[in-house]
Amino acid sequence: MAGPSAVAVTLTVNGKPVTAEVDPRTLLVDLLRGPLVLTGTHVGCDTGQCGACTVHLDGRAVKSCTLLALQADGADVLTIEGLADADGTLHPMQAAFKECHGLQCGFCTPGMVLSAIDLVRCHPGADEATIREQLDGNLCRCTGYRNIVKAVQLGATAMTCQGTGGSAAGTHVPIRAGQGA
Amino acid sequence: MYPFDIVRPASVAAAAAALASSGGRALAGGQSLVGAMKLRLAQPGTLVDLSGIPGLTGIRRDGDAIVIGAMTRHAEVAASAEVGRAIPALAALAGGIGDRQVRNMGTLGGALANNDPAACWPAAVLGLDATVVTNTRRIAAADYFRGMYETALAADELIVAVSFPIPDQAAYVKFANPASRFALVGVFVARTAGGVRVAVTGAASAVFRAGSVEDALSRNWTAAAAQGATVDAAGLNGDLHASPEYRAHLIPVLAARAVASAR
Repeated sequence: MAGPSAVAVTLTVNGKPVTAEVDPRTLLVDLLRGPLVLTGTHVGCDTGQCGACTVHLDGRAVKSCTLLALQADGADVLTIEGLADADGTLHPMQAAFKECHGLQCGFCTPGMVLSAIDLVRCHPGADEATIREQLDGNLCRCTGYRNIVKAVQLGATAMTCQGTGGSAAGTHVPIRAGQGA
Repeated sequence: MYPFDIVRPASVAAAAAALASSGGRALAGGQSLVGAMKLRLAQPGTLVDLSGIPGLTGIRRDGDAIVIGAMTRHAEVAASAEVGRAIPALAALAGGIGDRQVRNMGTLGGALANNDPAACWPAAVLGLDATVVTNTRRIAAADYFRGMYETALAADELIVAVSFPIPDQAAYVKFANPASRFALVGVFVARTAGGVRVAVTGAASAVFRAGSVEDALSRNWTAAAAQGATVDAAGLNGDLHASPEYRAHLIPVLAARAVASAR
């Protein structure tokens, strides 16, 4: 895929160092899903609307379909594959989505989970209305948001109890070394 | 996306030189530009990536103004205690742009250089009579916005910061398009040392001041006074979302809501 004007990008993905030669046009999501085979990050609309491609870039939720891979040069990237502990213990937000059945087909779920973690970082005590408003970068086309919002509420409580929620703006969710690629 | 070359300068001077020699486009957060390139609406032969240039981020108080670096993300402005104390309207505006993911990448300078007719930042810059600081000069808000996606910036000129004078009171109210979250109409009102200013985005080809609402609020700074003003629909945008008349109607309505919440 690397053409004559290929550029080198070096980044950390789920705790592991990655170096790749990419065509400058390569989107971050295509680097993740292609060479790195991290297919948990989904391409939904491919126009920056739906949030299915959400990953964390240095702890912040971003849309990897609207980011050039070279914009992640030097950054820490966390995908859904890197969220659970090495022993398979789910992140509290993942566990909450499972517990509340905050999904139907599951296509939007990786983006929802990563966006929700960033939401809790910025709004640790968010009420239902705030969660609905602050989750507007992620679309579910199956069934609606009721269980998703319940999951975010439960996940927020669990994250706060585990100390992974952050009590002030600017607190990073720890990037965990995880499985995958 | 059409092919392009990437240049990653380490200084503003090198970036300006690269823009001059290549005729390319500057890349800030890319939340408009990358999407436009994917759709082939933009096809720069060279992208000049500004992310490696030190000194373009950060927020500081400078006397009676808040100065924000051009590469500062919307989310950083929204979360800034300094901005929240001095110009809460600015923090609220930044916190309402796009969605969480866009705010985490998109930058103040990028938004102003792009000058989307429905973007939020232009309303704050014009509403507060801010100064756009570039690598070569300081541009007054009144001189900066030239038209749809058009600014006073030269092809090799880069925004380095924006200086927002601290008003007595201000607020921004956006009537968001429910799909895009861009402003169908957005109104920024400010009571400043230099008088009342009302800037409107989303309603025309570029941000503009609503003189009739400013006159009404200059006489009487109340929501009722703003609501009583009328705005001519001539020249306003009409599309499948709203007619020019509807947008004209919204301007005093949103100005009134803004005055009611101004602080």
